[in-house]
Amino acid sequence: MEHTLTPGAVLGDRPRPEKNYLNETTGIWSWMTTIDHKRIGIMYLCGVSTAFLIGGVFALLVRLALLNPQHTLFGRVWVTAETYNRFFTLHGVVMVFLFIIPSIPASLANFVLPMMLGAKDVAFPRLNLASFYLWVGGAIFGITAMVLGGVDTGWTFYTPYSTTTDGSVGLMVMAAFILGFSSIFTGLNFIATVHKLRAPGMGWFDMPLFVWGIYATALIQILATPVLAITLVLLLLERTYKIGIFDPAYGGDPVLFQHFFWFYSHPAVYIMIVPGMAIISELIPTFSRKTIFGYRAIAYSSVSLALLSFIVWGHHMFVAGESDLANVVFSALTFLVAIPSGVKVFNWLSTMYKGNISFETPMLYALSFLFLFAIGGLTGIFFSTLAVDIHLTDTYFVVAHFHYVMMGSTVIAFFGGIHYWWPKMTGRMYSEKWGAIACALIFVGFNMTFGSQFIMGGQGMPRRYFNYLDKFQPIHAFSTYGSWVLAVGLFMMAINLLVSLKTGKRAPDNPWGGTTMEWESSSPPVFHNFEHQPVLEHEPYDYRHRTVTHV
Amino acid sequence: MEQQADTTKIGMWLFLVTEVLTFGGLFAGFGLMQSRYPQEFIEAHEHLQRPLGALNTVVLLVSSFTMVMAVLAARTNQSKKTVRYLIMTIACAFIFLGVKYFEYSHKFEEGLLPGSFYHTQATDTVKIINAAGQVVPSHGYATFFSFYFMMTGLHGIHILAGIGLLTWIAIRANRGEFSSAYYTPVDLVGLFWHLVDLIWIYLFPLYYLIS
Amino acid sequence: MEWLRSALLPPQGSAFAGEIDFVYMFILWLSIVLFVGIVGAELYFVWRYRYVPGRPTPHQTHNTKLEIIWSVLPLLLCVGLFFWGIDGYMKFAVAPGDAMEVQVTAKKWLWQFEYPDGTRTVNEVHLPADKPVHFVMTSEDVLHDFYVPDMRVKRDVIPNRYSEIWFTPTALGEHVSTCAEYCGKGHSDMHAKVFVETKEKYEEWMATGGDEWMKHTPEEWGKIQYEQKGCATCHSLDGAKSKGPSWKGIWGKMEKLQGGKTVLVDEAYVRESMLQPQAKVVEGFEPVMPTFQGLLRENEIRGLVAFIKSLK
Repeated sequence: MEHTLTPGAVLGDRPRPEKNYLNETTGIWSWMTTIDHKRIGIMYLCGVSTAFLIGGVFALLVRLALLNPQHTLFGRVWVTAETYNRFFTLHGVVMVFLFIIPSIPASLANFVLPMMLGAKDVAFPRLNLASFYLWVGGAIFGITAMVLGGVDTGWTFYTPYSTTTDGSVGLMVMAAFILGFSSIFTGLNFIATVHKLRAPGMGWFDMPLFVWGIYATALIQILATPVLAITLVLLLLERTYKIGIFDPAYGGDPVLFQHFFWFYSHPAVYIMIVPGMAIISELIPTFSRKTIFGYRAIAYSSVSLALLSFIVWGHHMFVAGESDLANVVFSALTFLVAIPSGVKVFNWLSTMYKGNISFETPMLYALSFLFLFAIGGLTGIFFSTLAVDIHLTDTYFVVAHFHYVMMGSTVIAFFGGIHYWWPKMTGRMYSEKWGAIACALIFVGFNMTFGSQFIMGGQGMPRRYFNYLDKFQPIHAFSTYGSWVLAVGLFMMAINLLVSLKTGKRAPDNPWGGTTMEWESSSPPVFHNFEHQPVLEHEPYDYRHRTVTHV
Repeated sequence: MEQQADTTKIGMWLFLVTEVLTFGGLFAGFGLMQSRYPQEFIEAHEHLQRPLGALNTVVLLVSSFTMVMAVLAARTNQSKKTVRYLIMTIACAFIFLGVKYFEYSHKFEEGLLPGSFYHTQATDTVKIINAAGQVVPSHGYATFFSFYFMMTGLHGIHILAGIGLLTWIAIRANRGEFSSAYYTPVDLVGLFWHLVDLIWIYLFPLYYLIS
Repeated sequence: MEWLRSALLPPQGSAFAGEIDFVYMFILWLSIVLFVGIVGAELYFVWRYRYVPGRPTPHQTHNTKLEIIWSVLPLLLCVGLFFWGIDGYMKFAVAPGDAMEVQVTAKKWLWQFEYPDGTRTVNEVHLPADKPVHFVMTSEDVLHDFYVPDMRVKRDVIPNRYSEIWFTPTALGEHVSTCAEYCGKGHSDMHAKVFVETKEKYEEWMATGGDEWMKHTPEEWGKIQYEQKGCATCHSLDGAKSKGPSWKGIWGKMEKLQGGKTVLVDEAYVRESMLQPQAKVVEGFEPVMPTFQGLLRENEIRGLVAFIKSLK
C-alpha cells in the first residue's frame, strides 16, 4: 500500500523549481523575521503542536489521577485534589486558548488560504507575524503561570472562585487576553484577504469551501474576542482592586461574569469546529473524486453557524440562575444549530454517493470525523432539551459531548488537514501504512476514552471531580486505558510525519488530484506561491475537467 | 495602489468593529449594574462635573471637524493646510486631557475612587450593613466609580494613542508625503479619531446625564 | 428497555424522574436511528463506491428538493423536542404552595439544611416520601451546585442570591446529593445524604431532631439551643438585666414572683417557664416571653436545664 501518488492524481510534469519558500533564505533569523504566510503557518504549526503536547500531557495526568478512587500508583498515593485541580485547569486553558483556537486557522489556513485564492500572501503580512508573536507572548505568560504555582480555577475562570483563590490566576488571565488579540489579528487578516485578494475571475461562490469556513470563523474571531478581552480585564481588576462587578462580596454579580464569558466562549466553540468542518469539505470531494454536493448550502451553513453562535450562549447557564424565560429562548435558539450542522453532514454523504472513493490517510480521518461528529452532534440534542439538560449538565456527559465535538471532530479534522497538505507544505510524502495505523489507534483510543464517559455522566458523575464513588471505578479505569491507546496513536502519527521529513519520498505537486488552486503550485511552493498568477478556469471540485492519469 | 488602500481600509474598519465591541462590553456591564443600583448611580453621578464634561464634548466635536478638514486638505494636495488642521486636532486632544486631569484630581481628593479605593465622606443615602456589622454606603457607589474610571480611562488611553498617530501623520504631511494620489494614512487615522470622538459622545450622556 | 435505562441513568427517586427519563430515552433512540442512518450510509458508500481506476463520477452539484427536505424535517423534529423539553422544565420551575420549605446554605465544603421549625442538619437531609419539598438555597462563599442525580434536579447555589429547587421524593432510602459546580479543593467531597423516609419514620426523626444531640454533652447542647433558639435575646449570661432575668447564678435561687409568692428555681420551674412562661413571672419583669411549647424537643429542654444548672 506504499505509494507516493494517489491513483487518478495529476502528476506535476514541470521540473521542480530550485528555490522554494523553505530554502529561499536560510538561518533562524530569516524565519523569525519572515512575513511569508507559509513560514508563519509552519511556525504556528510547530507552536500549536507543542501546546497540544503540553495540554495532552495534562490530559493524561488527569486520566491517570482518576484510574482508581484511591489515586494510587504502584501502591502509593501520588496526587492530591489541589494538584488534580491544577491538572484539569491547565489542560483546559492550554487546549482551548493555546491550541485549538489557533490550530486550524493560524497554522493550516495561514498556509493554504492565500494559495487557495491564488494570492501571494495575506492582506497584512506584518500583522500576521505580529499575531504569531502575540501567540508566543501569550504562551510565555501561560507557561510562567504554570511554573509559578499553577491555576486551579478551571478554564472558565468562574467568579467569585477565580477572584479569591490563590495561584497565578492573574498571569493566566493575561495570557488568555494576549492570545485573544493574536486571534483577532488572524481573523482580521483573513477577512481582508478574502475580500481583496481573490484570483482574477474568482467570485465569492468560486472560492473553495475551506475558505468559506475560515471566513465564517474569522467573522466570529473579530466579533466575539473583544468581549472576552474586556471580560478578562474586568476579572483582573476585580481580583486586584475589588471593583465590585463580579464578586458578590463587593456588590458584584457572578452570573454576569458567566454571561460575559459565554458570550465569547460559545462563539469560540464555533471558532474551533467551523474550520474543522471546512477541512472535511475539502477532503471528501477530493478523495471521492466527485464534485461537492450542495456547495452553496455548505457555504451558507458555515456563515449561519457563525451567526447562530452569537445568540445561544445562554444554554451554558440553564441551571446557573437565568430566568425561565431566558432558558426557554436559549433552548429554542440552540435547537436551530442542528439544522446547518445536519445540512453539512447530509451534503458530505451525498458527495460520497456514486463517488470513486479511495482511502488515503486524510480520507480515513475524514471518515472518522463523520462517525465522531455524528455522535458529538446528536448528543448535543440532549442538552438543548431543557428538561434533560438539567440532569446532564455539569456531568461527564457534557465532558464526553464536547470532547466528541472538539477533539473527535475538530482535532481529527486538523489531523486530516495536516496529512492532506503535508506534501504541499514539506514536499515530502509520509508512510500511508503508518498513517493508517495511527489513525485507527486514535479512533479506537478516542472512543474508549470518551464514549465511556457518556455512561458515567448519565449515571450522575459530576465533572471536575477528584474523588468519585466506587461504582464508577471500572468505567474510569476503562477511560484511562483508552487515553493510553489514544496517546500511542498520537505519537505514532507524529513520528510518521517527522520521519517523512528525512526519508519521505518527494511529493508531486498534486498528489491527491485536488481541484483547488493551492495544488497548482509546486511542492513545496515557491516564495511567492505561484510561478505565474493562476487564473480561475473552472469551479472548485469540478472533476469533469480532470484528466485522470494513473501512474 | 487603489487595491492596497481599499484593503487597509477594510482592515481599519474591522479594527474599529473590535473597538466598538470592546466598549460595548463595558456599556453592557454598566447598564446591568445601573439596573442593580439605580439610586446609587444617580447619586454618584451628581459628583461628576457636568460643565466640564460638556466642555470636553464640545472640544472633541471641534477636533472631529478639524480632522475632517485635514483629510480634505490632504486629498486636495494642500500639505500646509493638512499640517495646520492636524495640529489643531492635536491641540483639542490635549485640551481634552487637561480637562480630564482636573476632573480626575477632583475625584481623587474627594476619595471617589474605584472599588476598594473608594473612601469618601460624601453623604450617600443608600446604606448597607457589612459583614463586620457596620453601616456603610452601598457597594453601588464604588461600582459606579469603577466603571467611570475604567471607561473614561480606556477612552483616555485611546486619546493618547490618537495623539501619537496624529503627530506621526502630521510629521509625514509636513514632509509632503501625502497627495491626492496617496493619503490613506490620513484617512485611516481620521477614521480612528472619529471613533474615539464617537465613543465620548456616548460616554458623556451615560455618565453625566443620568436621570 | 428498562435494562438500557438503568444502565445509562441512575435510579428514579422523584416523581418527575420517570418523565425526564422518558424524554431522555426518546432522544437516545432518535439519536441511535439517525446515527445508524448516517454511519450506515457512510460505510455503505465507502464499500459500494470504493476506488476503481478510471471510473468517472457524475457531476451532481445539488438537488434543491432533497436539500429542503433534509433541512425542514430536522427542524420539525427540533420544534417538537423543544416543546417537550419546555413542558418538562416548566413542571418543576415553580414549587407548589404546600411544599415543605428547607433552607440550604452551601459553603466550602459542606451543606447545611434548616427545617421550618429551626432544626438544622449538616450534610444530611431527611424528607418524607411523596410530599413535595422546596429547597431555598444560598452560598456563603463561591458558586456551588445542588445536584441530586436520583431526583434529576440540579441548580447553582450562588452567594448573595437565592436559588430554588423542588421535587417530590418517591423512592424510600438513601440518595446522594453532590456539588456540581466546581468550588475548589473539597469540591468532589461535598456530598450530602438525602434520606427519603415514610411519614412515620420521618416524624419520629423530626421529634428527636436527628441524632445531633447525642454528639454533645447536655450542657453543650443546651448552650447551642440558647444561641439558636433566641434565648440570648432576653436572658444574659453575665448577670446584666435584660427583658428577662439573667441566667447567671439563677439555679437554686428563691425568686420573688409578681403577686408576692416565691419559687425555687429548679428543674420543674425552668421547664414550666419554657412551656407556660406566663404562669409564674418574676417580679420586675413584663410577661412578654412567648411559649416554646412544640418548638423545643425533649432533648433540647433537658440540654437547656443542664446548661442553666452549669451557670454558677
